[in-house]
Amino acid sequence: MSIILDIIVMGLIKGSIYALLAISFSLIFGVARIVNIAHTAFYMVAAYCIYTVTNYMGWSAVPAMFVAVILSVILGMVIYKVFLNPIREHEGAVLIATMAIAMVFQEVMTLFFSGSFLSVPNLIDGYFIIFGVKVFYQQLLTLCAAALVMVILMIFLFKTKLGLALRSTAQDREVANLMGINESKVAMITMGIAIGLAGFAGAIVVPLEILEPHMWATPLVMMMAVVVLGGLGSLKGSFVGAYIMGFTEAMVVFLSPQGAFLKISVALLIMIIVLLIRPEGLFGVYFEEER
Amino acid sequence: MKLILFYLRKLFAVLKNEVLVLPSRVAVIIFFLFILLLPLFTDDLYVLRVFTLASIFAIFAASWDLLSGFTGQLNFGHALFFGVGAYSAALINLHWQLAPWLSIPLGALIGVAAGLIVGIPALRLKGTYLALTTLAFPIIVTGLVFTFPDFTGGELGISGIQKLAPTRIHEYYIISILMLGLCTIMWKITDSNTGIIFHAIREDEIAVRASGVNTTRYKLLAFCLSGFFAGIAGGLYAHFMRIAGPSVLEISLSFMVVIWAMFGGAATIYGPIGAVFFLYPLVEFMHVIQDYRTLMFAFVVLLVLLFMPDGLFRWLREKIETECPRCKVRNIATRDTCRICTAPLD
Repeated sequence: MSIILDIIVMGLIKGSIYALLAISFSLIFGVARIVNIAHTAFYMVAAYCIYTVTNYMGWSAVPAMFVAVILSVILGMVIYKVFLNPIREHEGAVLIATMAIAMVFQEVMTLFFSGSFLSVPNLIDGYFIIFGVKVFYQQLLTLCAAALVMVILMIFLFKTKLGLALRSTAQDREVANLMGINESKVAMITMGIAIGLAGFAGAIVVPLEILEPHMWATPLVMMMAVVVLGGLGSLKGSFVGAYIMGFTEAMVVFLSPQGAFLKISVALLIMIIVLLIRPEGLFGVYFEEER
Repeated sequence: MKLILFYLRKLFAVLKNEVLVLPSRVAVIIFFLFILLLPLFTDDLYVLRVFTLASIFAIFAASWDLLSGFTGQLNFGHALFFGVGAYSAALINLHWQLAPWLSIPLGALIGVAAGLIVGIPALRLKGTYLALTTLAFPIIVTGLVFTFPDFTGGELGISGIQKLAPTRIHEYYIISILMLGLCTIMWKITDSNTGIIFHAIREDEIAVRASGVNTTRYKLLAFCLSGFFAGIAGGLYAHFMRIAGPSVLEISLSFMVVIWAMFGGAATIYGPIGAVFFLYPLVEFMHVIQDYRTLMFAFVVLLVLLFMPDGLFRWLREKIETECPRCKVRNIATRDTCRICTAPLD
């Protein structure tokens, strides 16, 4: 009984984090057509930002979260303007530019904080016990925050005018441009929002994870697997895919021996099997090849 | 005697009329000479080691270009082939006691098998889907490596592999001559009819299929060829470093090869090789500023891309050579008329 509850708690948390990351990655891919390898690097930057603000400046964790999110939004928009916008027409160049940006972040963080493992204290301490399973308040908080942000994002996308502009640009760039939507401005705003979401994911997960300069690699792989599993550019697909991946990971960790090593392998294997049956992912719409 | 003189004269004629007229061909000759004569100028073991590793990575980067640059099947998990080659060469060498000249080709054949295993699911996927799916394969294998530490050595990897050759200079010559040979073979493949079909698959796959070419077979062929060359690079690496650890399957290696190939210019073969020989020693020789070198590397890549998004070597070639508008023959940029058909160049 307790192991099932363990699986549910861990699966929900992992799933929510992957959902936040994957939805924001899908937004960038859909609107700006950028495969942003540096996406989880922003997640790392936000996490380090919280560490700095709480540790060296002595602020409490909530304002630190705001600082981290705002900083990552600004960083994301500046990087888009300076490095990505001028080469957007060259797909390959954008790809390796985002890789290089991720490396820059990793190295800068190593320089400032060294490669050692760090940790951040919980926002709220303490735990309660149901059916013999410890559930930390921090885990509950992470879950609620993720759910809240996803609801806000959905309201923004489907109820506001800017959200409409975003969705129409994702559907057809040229027609959206003809309808008077400033496409490059929308792309920049999307980049800001999406990076902000990644930063937020980093901010709420940081007390549960170990902080180190390579922490972006594993979530990057899982995020990409989620996005592909759900179907590129489909927000619903990213959401469902994230929880599938999250629960698979949790189940492998708790149920199989050597689970900690195998968790990613099994999750990725499931993705490959799904793709063999449905090459466009669970909810994917096959983009007509632009010829 | 007369025959030898005849061939010598022919060689000089070819050199004068075909090679010396184009700066890019001169550059290739200089590169070959540089690689072959380097041990004459330096016997610093560190320099030799850096250039040996650069040769290995040049084969690796060129094999990525053969697959992803030419057929457009974007592979983000190219470290799989390298790692599979390295691990199988190491295991074969260790358990069956086979010499490197047998274990490396056998490892490369296992790389071909890996290419088939990745290639078959990849046939149904396109573009970004393919890129993100291939990223998964080396990570799956890494998971397996960690799960069976008795067989694969786990985190520490396999050590105690036989040396490739007794001395550093021997190793340097074996690897660099292999590099020159394999890269020439790859360049010849891309220049043949097969290479033209690879090009066409990248440009418009439906059109190629409509002209009666079995694109499935050619895509699988590209995966196998690429797996073969990358497997050889992996085997050489295992025997040179005398260790095959999980680092050969890392995501960063997969990303590195994409960076090298795109930086030099994709779909050229010479681009990735040049990029490796430019970037790898650059990063290595920056060891005086140890902490900053990866940072510097990333900035060099970003800045070069901002101004030359098609790749460094392609940009350079455009600057020093122009194509004749009438007969499509390349000319040095300083000429006013084409060297073959005397049409004015603009």
